[in-house]
Amino acid sequence: MATTTPIMEVIDETEATGHGRPPVSVIYDWITTVDHKKIGLMYIFYALFFLVVGGFEAILMRIQLAVPNNHFLSPQVFNQLFTMHGTTMVFFVGMPILFGFGNYLIPLMIGARDMAFPRLNAFSFWISAFAGLLLYYSYIGASGLYAAGSAPDVGWFAYAPLTAKVFSPGHSTDYWTLGIFLSGVGSIGTALNIVTTILCMRCEGMKLNRMPLLPWIYLVMGGLVFVAVSPLTAAQIMLTLDRYLGSHFFDTQAGGSAVLWMHFFWIFGHPEVYVLVLPAFAFMNEIIPVFSRKAIFGYPAMVAASVGIGFISLGVWAHHMFTVGLGPAGNTFFVFSTMVISVPTGIKIFNWLATIWGGKIILAPPMMFSVGFLFQFLIAGLTGIMLSAAPFDWQLGNSYFVVAHFHYVLVGAILFAIFAAFYYWYPKVTGRMMNVKLAHWHFWLFIVGFHLTFDFMHIPGLLGMPRRIYTYEADRGWEILNLIVSSGAIFQAAGTLVFVYNLVSSYFKGENAGHDPWDAWTLEWSIPSPPPSYNFAIEPVVSSRRPLWDIKHPEDQDSEYE
Amino acid sequence: MSTSSIPIAAAGSPSWKLPYRGTIGMLCLIIAEAAIFIIFVVAYLFYIGKSLSGPTPAQVLELPIFGTICLLSSSFTVHMAVVALRKNNRSGTTMWLGATVLLGGIFMLTTAQEWHHLIYEKGLTIRTNLFGTTYYSLVGLHASHVIVGLLLLTLTFYFSLTGRLHEEHEKKLDVLSLYWHFVDAVWVVVFTVVYVLGR
Repeated sequence: MATTTPIMEVIDETEATGHGRPPVSVIYDWITTVDHKKIGLMYIFYALFFLVVGGFEAILMRIQLAVPNNHFLSPQVFNQLFTMHGTTMVFFVGMPILFGFGNYLIPLMIGARDMAFPRLNAFSFWISAFAGLLLYYSYIGASGLYAAGSAPDVGWFAYAPLTAKVFSPGHSTDYWTLGIFLSGVGSIGTALNIVTTILCMRCEGMKLNRMPLLPWIYLVMGGLVFVAVSPLTAAQIMLTLDRYLGSHFFDTQAGGSAVLWMHFFWIFGHPEVYVLVLPAFAFMNEIIPVFSRKAIFGYPAMVAASVGIGFISLGVWAHHMFTVGLGPAGNTFFVFSTMVISVPTGIKIFNWLATIWGGKIILAPPMMFSVGFLFQFLIAGLTGIMLSAAPFDWQLGNSYFVVAHFHYVLVGAILFAIFAAFYYWYPKVTGRMMNVKLAHWHFWLFIVGFHLTFDFMHIPGLLGMPRRIYTYEADRGWEILNLIVSSGAIFQAAGTLVFVYNLVSSYFKGENAGHDPWDAWTLEWSIPSPPPSYNFAIEPVVSSRRPLWDIKHPEDQDSEYE
Repeated sequence: MSTSSIPIAAAGSPSWKLPYRGTIGMLCLIIAEAAIFIIFVVAYLFYIGKSLSGPTPAQVLELPIFGTICLLSSSFTVHMAVVALRKNNRSGTTMWLGATVLLGGIFMLTTAQEWHHLIYEKGLTIRTNLFGTTYYSLVGLHASHVIVGLLLLTLTFYFSLTGRLHEEHEKKLDVLSLYWHFVDAVWVVVFTVVYVLGR
């Protein structure tokens, strides 16, 4: 095989999916598939479904909090809603949507025909999907023998000893535990698959230092899943033993420790934030260069920063526990490590800015969301630095300031990056472009709604409004602010509806995208849209980080500069 | 779509060689499993001496020397099975696999005996105190991994016995042996924590 196989010329134009087949056969195909693209899409659909569910829960809570002394929701229902909202968004929206994109894109970007373990891939998806359904089945199945409550209501971090059988009778907490346990099994399976695929399935010539940054970051993310999600799985086993076999891990009556649960939860919980945000970085690394018409600035620094974030994120968990009282040594260590992690993150921001700097910027929808990401991620990082100082955290721990901070990360950064990724890769997945006008509506509605909600949410936090209260008195000075915060939710919901409508209508009416609508440089754009089920008719051979640039510009090969 | 259009992958150039996916996959699993064990070990260490009531480890635990020797030597036998398969010595493979299953089985029997002794003679259960809680969960977590390994090894032993294990399965047997070495290595940690530090 020659070292420069002309990728564009060996494309097989066969349609990836058949048309006009009976629906039963199509459904059977999807349920039994082991194709990484179909599994990736199922992950994304499933996450979008839960995004709507979790978003609906958020809107119910914002209606309740819009005015003081509201009786729209009962306290019990409010407890269930914030528990289900948090659990859903982290485990059944964030993780699956990012795994979905990884599943779909990684084999395409590294020139492979599928993931390393296709059947494990299907297993991981279905076990995660089952976990989500199990969690929501609690609404009808959880009363149990004690007829107490329905959905879990212990908060998304389920602090001990509230989760003990005595304080949490019935089965609602068990649905939470088992749902998260199973989703953890699925996450570890998929992460294992992603890491193995990246290490063992790269096409010829794609050394690690020529690999696109998206697979690189997913490699780090996969490693982080092993060491972060497993502790949670272990803690769920302990909690189940406590609840059903009468062991005493978190039973303070028998000498057990409630603080140990906090440690175990946050040794998962904080790296989890980076598990979620790293893929967002990965999307930015692919999108920003293409729409700035420049190669990424500082590729080795980006890789090093990602690996650095992976390691440092394992040593910051107890900044969630400053208010417990860790003692001066613990406080100092975790303040310091938390501040240190902003260094590699800062490196990334400067690299993106340097990529944009002097570029020929194209403000297509993916780039608009990317700019939103950069701006909002910076602010999220700054409030993070504020909270990393233990004395500041003592003042504001468990207040709406914290809620605003992490929603700035999760919505302002991660969700914006996910939207950018949707607009960027939708043409590849469906073969059609998304409607730009609707994309603009989506962007402006969402960014206005986002800033109304989450900018103003910081202030009631500073004024002392604690999180997880179902209502508040009228004389606290929080009323106007909460009304503004709640009104922002309407804009965000409207923006999301426009987005979903755009997703559906563009599938039928969008203009044809062709192979490579953005004039991009990575391997997924070398094959037809949608890609054929075996991806590459002939496995490609690459000699630089931007194989398509090399093909389009034979006179100016990237490999001469790398 | 016609399946006949899928071309057979041309053999890549000999200089382009990536690690075997089974090995990498197993190493990933081992990292994840190790993280689970670390949490249980941390819980064990954290609760040493914090039980509010007896019995204490010093009163009831005895060093499981015999079982430990059996389990650790099974690491050697499984390695010999891989070596034998690599040389296509199939009767050797069968014998070494059989020895591994036997040694692992003996280890499980000693654990079962120990648990029986603790539960019925010493009255220590998972509900008794923090020692019981952490002891049964950590040792039990390890034992469940031994059982999974034994199931896989027994299946392989059966394949080997019926002549269905060939030289081309060497890499796969190697992956299984990696898992078994990991289970043994975890026992070294569990032994140190439970029977040395914990007493």
